Amino acid sequence: MRPFTALFLTLTAAAASLPLAAQGVARMDARSTNGRMVTIPAGRYVPLYSRAGAGAVSVASFRLDTVPVTRAEFAAFVAEQPAWQRSQVKRVYADRGYLANWASDLDAGDALATAGPVTGVSWFAANAYCEWRGARLPTMTEWEFAAAASTRERDAARDAGFMRHLMAAYTAPRGQVLPPVGGGEPNVYGVRDLHGLVWELVYDFNGVMVSDDSRASGSGRERDHQAYCAGAAIGATDPDNYPAFLRHAVRAGLSGRTTLDGLGFRCAADAPAGGH
Amino acid sequence: MRSALLPRPVTVLRTAVFAAAGLGLLFGVQACRDADAAEGYASSIPLRAPTAKIVGEEVAVLTTAPNVPPPITRKHATKVIVKLETIEKPMRLADGVEYTFWTFGGSVPGNFIRVREGDLVEFHLNNHAHSSVPHNIDLHAVTGPGGGAKASLTLPGGESIFSFTALNPGLYVYHCAVAPVPMHIANGMYGMILVEPKEGLPEVDREFYVMQSEFYVSDSGAVRTLDMAKGIAEQPTYVVFNGSVGALTGDDALQAKVGERVRMFVGNGGPNLVSSFHVIGEIFDNVYTEGGAQVTQHNVQTTLVPAGGSAIVEFGVEHPGELVLVDHSIFRAFNKGALGILNVTGDGDARVFANVKGISSPGGGH
Repeated sequence: MRPFTALFLTLTAAAASLPLAAQGVARMDARSTNGRMVTIPAGRYVPLYSRAGAGAVSVASFRLDTVPVTRAEFAAFVAEQPAWQRSQVKRVYADRGYLANWASDLDAGDALATAGPVTGVSWFAANAYCEWRGARLPTMTEWEFAAAASTRERDAARDAGFMRHLMAAYTAPRGQVLPPVGGGEPNVYGVRDLHGLVWELVYDFNGVMVSDDSRASGSGRERDHQAYCAGAAIGATDPDNYPAFLRHAVRAGLSGRTTLDGLGFRCAADAPAGGH
Repeated sequence: MRSALLPRPVTVLRTAVFAAAGLGLLFGVQACRDADAAEGYASSIPLRAPTAKIVGEEVAVLTTAPNVPPPITRKHATKVIVKLETIEKPMRLADGVEYTFWTFGGSVPGNFIRVREGDLVEFHLNNHAHSSVPHNIDLHAVTGPGGGAKASLTLPGGESIFSFTALNPGLYVYHCAVAPVPMHIANGMYGMILVEPKEGLPEVDREFYVMQSEFYVSDSGAVRTLDMAKGIAEQPTYVVFNGSVGALTGDDALQAKVGERVRMFVGNGGPNLVSSFHVIGEIFDNVYTEGGAQVTQHNVQTTLVPAGGSAIVEFGVEHPGELVLVDHSIFRAFNKGALGILNVTGDGDARVFANVKGISSPGGGH
């Protein structure tokens, strides 16, 4: 686990030092969060993997994009931030698949394609985009908390029909061109497309691999949440939650520079002070 | 391999042999046979080391079931490069039932891999760019973390490479082991790798690759997917040989001729059921129980094939007709698809079998 910890710290430090984190710059329309986000009320949630005995964790209120970031939105970002254009991006921040499905640095495709979710983006690029918008990536806990909601209830992890729906959504073959964002039914928060359109990056994507502090667990040895074979069930709070295992398996394979055809993201933000 | 034994067990072994020899004087022949058995067990826990000199390099020939790569004729260890790709695709599971299979090499079961004991295997696992999820591979033939799984988590569009020495001969299952592993296996991600003993296997006329598995199928959808609840309850919709109902029947039946010797590499991908493998109208002359490297039993009617395990069966075919492969947990054969045909052609010998009087019923139920 130590190398993962080191990697994660390195990634975080590198991202923070990027000159592109556009704090305090006047907002343009492309960068406004107005109308894009909804507030997710605070609540409690039982992660698939939690510290021994911890059970449910509290999630503070936060704001979340209602749909994944589109190609058009990302194109506006790279137009303003050339360092994130395909031909300019540093290899350490994104692998060779970065925006590989675009026609050129700034041509993200036709109207249909640009209305779809941006994919082929790395964690570094997604993080920079959200910062450019004055937002951030959701934490894994925030994302999972929001994504546990069905169209009817906030925590649908025990709803067999919802689980079946997720399994079918995750395993349906994807076309070459992804459909426009917003096509999914909104969940109880009004958030769409959390499941099945694309896998989504989160801020601490390798959190499951690194968050368990062996000393805190009290066992005196590291709790190695293996992402393979039956070992993955060790320490899981709900071995029947196959969709959650699938999401964790995807995250387990990522590094900060990984890009995938089926991997996108959305942004989050802290809830305004005094908000609910 | 024997040379890898440490001195201390050898000393213990000698002591045991002397002691047993002493007992033999007292109890006669039976005690001597027990002593032989004791020696066999004591010496059968070797600490294996990849001592064989690796000569040359080759790319493994992989085959799709029911075909098996040709026997290995070389008499030395080599470096074998295995390239396998994980592919997710809809295929026919039964008539009118399409299923989104997850595969090793585009078929279920996955490609058959054949190497020789002592070979250094360089394994390349690719995951097709259109895959929805990461995959990896756990080969039961591997001595190492996760059977290779820990070194092979592969994202869509990615490649993983790891190497291992095939230390133990035998017939081994491989499977995907990414969480949730029951889903990956239930969707079809298993196959077999044969590690041929250094001395090779006896020559036969036909070799076949037959792998049983079961599917837990959603009740609706144009293309069906896994029904988790059925999987957890261990109540399969289909139990099949070689990936679909009827994969070994009709034009796809296995073929042999009277007078030929047949070897079947039989595997069981599970994910849940243990197979009672039986061939109706034949008797297994030799069984390599659980896919081990030696014949352990003769004249066997039905052999157990564990989930995630295998068996090798050998028999001569002495009479023409359709031999029927079944899981003799017989509802699975009759109602869920666990049927295959080995069609034997040639001349019959009335001394082997003859209809003397009564209604001939070749189909068993007509």
